[in-house]
Amino acid sequence: MLSHRDILQTRDMIDKRHLDIRTITMGISLLDCMDTDVKTCARKIYDKITRRAENLVKVGQDIEWEFGIPIVNKRISVTPIAMVGNSCETDSYVPLAIAMDEAAKTCGVNFIGGFSALVQKGFTKGDRVLIESIPEALAATERVCSSVNVGSTKAGINMDAVAWMGRIIKKTAELTADNDGLGCAKLVVFANAVEDNPFMAGAFHGVGEPECVLNVGVSGPGVVYHALQGVKGQPFDVVAETVKKTAFRITRMGQIVGVEASRRLDVPFGIVDLSLAPTPAVGDSVARILEEMGLEVCGTHGTTAALALLNDAVKKGGVMASNHVGGLSGAFIPVSEDEGMIAAAEAGVLTLSKLEAMTCVCSVGLDMIAVPGDTSAATISAIIADEAAIGMINTKTTAVRIIPAPGKVVGDRVEMGGLLGSAPVMPVHSESAEDFIARGGRIPAPIQSLKN
Amino acid sequence: MKAIVTVVGKDRVGIIAEVCMQLAAFQVNVLDISQTVMQGYFTMMMAVDVSACTVPLAEFCKAMDAKGQEMGLNIRVQREDIFTAMHRV
Repeated sequence: MLSHRDILQTRDMIDKRHLDIRTITMGISLLDCMDTDVKTCARKIYDKITRRAENLVKVGQDIEWEFGIPIVNKRISVTPIAMVGNSCETDSYVPLAIAMDEAAKTCGVNFIGGFSALVQKGFTKGDRVLIESIPEALAATERVCSSVNVGSTKAGINMDAVAWMGRIIKKTAELTADNDGLGCAKLVVFANAVEDNPFMAGAFHGVGEPECVLNVGVSGPGVVYHALQGVKGQPFDVVAETVKKTAFRITRMGQIVGVEASRRLDVPFGIVDLSLAPTPAVGDSVARILEEMGLEVCGTHGTTAALALLNDAVKKGGVMASNHVGGLSGAFIPVSEDEGMIAAAEAGVLTLSKLEAMTCVCSVGLDMIAVPGDTSAATISAIIADEAAIGMINTKTTAVRIIPAPGKVVGDRVEMGGLLGSAPVMPVHSESAEDFIARGGRIPAPIQSLKN
Repeated sequence: MKAIVTVVGKDRVGIIAEVCMQLAAFQVNVLDISQTVMQGYFTMMMAVDVSACTVPLAEFCKAMDAKGQEMGLNIRVQREDIFTAMHRV
């Protein structure tokens, strides 16, 4: 029998600690939408997405009511469009992005991911067309998210792609300059991208995935923060155990919602992504968890160790709670989407260098970071190269989602709105990496033994 | 299928009666009930059987939420399995 304590604890987690399902994301294969004519391809894409995801939002809303748990986002991910569009005789995939955007609007989802290319070892014709189309596609659409995988542990880093993406990010910022470069908030550059990630902007439906699948991303930094408030001053063994138990509960909720949603939609259940995904709301911050462990401000010495413990304990607690775990699984540190990170960055304690160190031990990478508008493409590429190298060597996913906000300088603030939050513009090194990036070619795949 | 109804708010006369009337109107049977009043705040938990509920479960949950707002209370209906999933290994 359930105890009052359990029932009230669950209510408390939801009402006061921002516990929610961050996203249910339907992955849809578009491999059968290829066509030589781009218009026909676009129509097939629209038709397939709207047919498959017709009931996604309705089912999500019903489950929200029945379980009394908010499902903040209902989203869609699709096969990387570079593959789908490869057969099209065209030099722009913008019409395909528009078809995705319209399908997302029809289905009522707020983001659709998969305007993507996987180029860790080189470019196909489709990859080149897609990358070239990104700035215009993100400016012309509202809900489409784009990602490009430029490196992996098995393939090394495609430095031609790294150099190119620096220029693409700059151009995307210019084309969306009216909104502080908002387009860049929908563009991720990955190393070791995963095929079943339910979180935006990096979600796409990998080619190893089934026809259609449902993935769930859980969240709950507020719940972990609150739990740690109960173990003030105690050793790290206790901290780790507390995080594990909390992560278990959060993940179980994601598992039950995912299974129920997949049953109703008649789509196989994929994975639960065990993530601590913050929002700009007060009390829903990963930075505040790190501070609760005893750091005055997130970003000071000790932050990397605190984050390492948190990230590992979340996975350990979550793994047992779900029968399939995947995606990015870990703590997210998106600066603009985390109230505590924003405060730490504005105080000048949390710097780009420290964030880079933190990405060595947590999920993903340099996320939602605003830099001055005059940051050169080569510098952005060099930041991407550093992050990709961390991912490649450590066999983990890393990513860069960076906004060179047009006309903004250090000290300004970039407003993204909604879940994307707002970011203080952070300083970058002014010394050039131009010659480094101009070399191009590939950084070879790393050796997997002799680990030191 | 079982669900848990929690009612939280300022205590006054007739809360249980009014909530139970509403449950009965939907053919929802009360299986277990417990309540406490702490510092003037009323907290009630009920286990109910929603198998014979006259409307889809989501609609029932919405109706109870609306009833709560009308009464100045927070009423929430949640499927029982979310609690067992979260609190039992």
